[in-house]
Amino acid sequence: MALLQQSSPHARGARPTSRVMLWVILATLPGLLAQTVFFGWGNLINVVWCVSVALVAEAMMLKLRGRPVSFFLKDNTAAVTGLLLGLALPPLAPWWVSAVAVLSAIVLAKQLYGGLGSNPFNPAMVGYALVLVSFPVAMTTNWAQPGLLWEHAPSLGETFTSIFSAQHTAVDAFTGATPLDTYKHQIVSHTADEVSVLPVFGDGIALGWEWVNVGFLAGGLLLLALRIISWHIPVSMLAALGFMSLAFGSDADQYAPLSLHLLAGGTMLGAFFIATDPVSAATSNQGKLIYGAGIGILVYLIRTWGNYPDAVAFAVLLMNFAVPFIDHYTPPRTYGHHKARRGIPTRNQG
Amino acid sequence: MTKLWDFPGGIHPVERKELSTSRPIEFAGLPDRLVLPLQQHIGAPAQAIVSVGDHVLKGQLLAQVEGPVGVPVHAPTSGVVEAICQHPVPHPSGMSDWCILLQPDGQETWCERNPIDDYRSLDRDEVLAAIRNAGIAGMGGAGFPTNIKLRPPKDRKVSTLILNGAECEPYITADDMVMRERSAEIIDGLKVMAWILRPERCVIAIEDNKPQAIASVRAACQGTQIEVVVIPTKYPSGGEKQLVQILTGMEVPHGGIPADIGVMCQNVGTAIAVGRAIFHGEPLISRVTTITGEAVARPGNVEVLLGTPVNYLLERAGLDNNQLHRLVLGGPMMGYTLSDTGIPVIKTSNCVIAATASELPDPAPEQPCIRCAGCADACPMDLLPQQLFWYAKAEEFDKAEHINLFDCIECGACSYVCPSSIPLVQYYRYAKGEIRTQQAEQMKADKARERFEARQARLEREAAEKEAKRKERARAAAEAQAQKKANAEAAPAQQADGDDRSAKAAMVQEALARKKAKTETPVPAPAAAQQPDIDALKDQLDKARAKLDNMQGLLDEARAAGSDTAEKLERAVAKNRERVQRAEEALAEANGAEQPVVPASNGTTQTTEALAVEAVNENVPDITELQEQLDKAQAKLDNMQAMLDEARESGSDTAEKLQRAVEKNQLRVERAESALAEAKRPNETQATD
Repeated sequence: MALLQQSSPHARGARPTSRVMLWVILATLPGLLAQTVFFGWGNLINVVWCVSVALVAEAMMLKLRGRPVSFFLKDNTAAVTGLLLGLALPPLAPWWVSAVAVLSAIVLAKQLYGGLGSNPFNPAMVGYALVLVSFPVAMTTNWAQPGLLWEHAPSLGETFTSIFSAQHTAVDAFTGATPLDTYKHQIVSHTADEVSVLPVFGDGIALGWEWVNVGFLAGGLLLLALRIISWHIPVSMLAALGFMSLAFGSDADQYAPLSLHLLAGGTMLGAFFIATDPVSAATSNQGKLIYGAGIGILVYLIRTWGNYPDAVAFAVLLMNFAVPFIDHYTPPRTYGHHKARRGIPTRNQG
Repeated sequence: MTKLWDFPGGIHPVERKELSTSRPIEFAGLPDRLVLPLQQHIGAPAQAIVSVGDHVLKGQLLAQVEGPVGVPVHAPTSGVVEAICQHPVPHPSGMSDWCILLQPDGQETWCERNPIDDYRSLDRDEVLAAIRNAGIAGMGGAGFPTNIKLRPPKDRKVSTLILNGAECEPYITADDMVMRERSAEIIDGLKVMAWILRPERCVIAIEDNKPQAIASVRAACQGTQIEVVVIPTKYPSGGEKQLVQILTGMEVPHGGIPADIGVMCQNVGTAIAVGRAIFHGEPLISRVTTITGEAVARPGNVEVLLGTPVNYLLERAGLDNNQLHRLVLGGPMMGYTLSDTGIPVIKTSNCVIAATASELPDPAPEQPCIRCAGCADACPMDLLPQQLFWYAKAEEFDKAEHINLFDCIECGACSYVCPSSIPLVQYYRYAKGEIRTQQAEQMKADKARERFEARQARLEREAAEKEAKRKERARAAAEAQAQKKANAEAAPAQQADGDDRSAKAAMVQEALARKKAKTETPVPAPAAAQQPDIDALKDQLDKARAKLDNMQGLLDEARAAGSDTAEKLERAVAKNRERVQRAEEALAEANGAEQPVVPASNGTTQTTEALAVEAVNENVPDITELQEQLDKAQAKLDNMQAMLDEARESGSDTAEKLQRAVEKNQLRVERAESALAEAKRPNETQATD
């Protein structure tokens, strides 16, 4: 009788990484739906395009690195990276901007660091930040104006042509700045009342954007309910963003109001889907709180006093830098110990 | 309601306990052979006190332990000792160990039993001795000798005694069934332990997934002070540290034992064993073990004689060999796989799982860690498993220790939840093993260093002693020389300074020459006979001077180099200087003595002959002196040789010079030897004349 020698535990009850990633993909659907409804086909086309590029790039890199291709492709992590970029990039961004973002995410930020689990920076945000810095015009002018898919938006074919050819004429009239950007620039010369009646804000907080953010919030709550993510990072990030907004920007005649911060731009996508990327985030619960709060604070700082229309990518990358440090100083107190062992071990301790 | 606390982390694996709870505990029966490992507990292995071929009775002592930690082994049934040999034993490595093989005779004849009617009338130590003599070791898993556990350090008062009936691992139902069917016996044993420890509180903790056991134990506890506490089902609530936390809210300090915070945990099976030992005088020779898994047709709990081979139990339960995929001893979370089904059930074996491939499937290939921290959320010890994994994999063991690797209880919760199916516990075991090996090697290295240092110290001491002796000798020699010199000064008329070797050699030559003159040329020219003597003396003096210069140079050099041979050289130089002085004196004397000798030698051959004889006679005492000279020269040569060796060893560049000096001294010694020999010969000749 050939019995296998195995090490305990013999029972396994885990949800494999591939299924975790599948749930993440599913959880983005409400947000994607809202994006499509309010901003047209752009994001959907972007998502398909970015995921395709991501999978091809991942496969090629795995091949070049001599790793089993299908084994790693099946973990769905490359697909998630592509998906997040497709959701985050401007809906009408030209195809090559998205491609550069995805390639730098997969090739530079992920595979060159050693592949899944070894990347210190959030790959999607590396790609995003790279194209934001490199192609500022393409990244700021290709945001679609809000308008219901079935009323004002360009058709699927028009959008497709716009993204994949140089002819923007059909949709040029339909692009513009984001509500956050608009508010920041308009409030300099106008009052809050004057600004808030601009069409980009619609009747509510930020036409379209509010629903997109609500969609991502709903997806995030699903991930929380499934215990795929823990509450620490999103809650601390949103709380810190809210605190900053209330403490420093409560004057709506000078600064964007809290509601705009929470429900415009990439706030919810960032809080639930990007900052929670486990590989590049802090690990202990205390560390996660610090990490999330840091992102929230940085998002506010960059949005308010920086030059970029949104700040999630930079805030996340900056906090990625801090993760090893945070991890070293926020270990939990182990059972039976008086206090946690912080810091880096020296030879004498142990 | 008793107040309960929660412990961090934990998991809820599929329990599968219903598999083995449908039938009551059955007696497993007598196998053809029992295999009794001599070590079934923590501590020193027992030593067999029976021989092959002995007939033994049920309950008879088979093996005894000498040391304080360890418990004896008894015969589970009557029969014949078939062999005492190496046999595979329950161990994760599948290793073999010494076992007594017992062939049952089927009679089940008991040896004499000595029940204790009223243990309360005895001394506590006597009751503890009875527990030890019954061979009782913790039956929950580790197998720590119960009598030692029941006697915590004097400064540790156990205020809470916990009977652990949590049985949190999936599949295992041995404690559950025992609590259902034998609750009265459990309470009896618990009372004995409570009497020994006198705690303020006595708790039986049972997970809420065992309602029948809870009801049964509650009924048995009627009218006693014992609390039956129902705890929420969550793995690993039955871990000692976790159970303490659940029931008291306190944590066992790192590196400590529960008694440090006034708590002690005992297993329900152990309580039954204690009860049987005290009230029936029966040693621990059987236990209840769960035989379960989908590969057996009749899973259930059986009362097994210790030493019963696992394959006997599996066959009895209807094992389907084609279905069997993995055989686990213990639970699915912390048990280990068996490669040999011939291994016996021992005191700590609570469960055997014969699992099919679908039941406990092979693990998926390991994927990269994505730092999801699911393991950290599951860890009941609040460790950072993903970080421990990282350090273990990178072999950064100091860092792993820093984040409390050794607090890991290897419960397996982290591996259970890992989405990348990383065998985390195995990494920790590896790291722990490596660290222990390193520590053992470090200790060995420390010991070797100590040994080496001790040897160095001894060698240095011996060298110092040698040096002291040598100095003492040198001092004595110097004194002797000074004495001689004083003597010589007191008797300056003596022909030759007794102490000076070169002068002596010249004198010997003189004597030789005279002898020659006597034997070869009957009428030699006395002046001719005298003349070479002076020349020889001159020659000697020159040589001694050259040597002195040479020595002085060496000394200067040694001084400049700060060598520790300087002192020796200094003495040598001083000696040589003296020698040169004496050679000068001798030469002067010889020159002075030439005149009076010449007329005397101008006489007859007879006179010359007589003189020669006289000279030879005069030389007689010189032989002893010559001998002395030779000895001294020899000593000096040895000294020089030692210095040379030393210089060579230290790579000093004085070695060459010393080499020359040694060669010269060797020559000198040879000469002194030959002179002595020659001087002796005429003496003998004369004597034979």
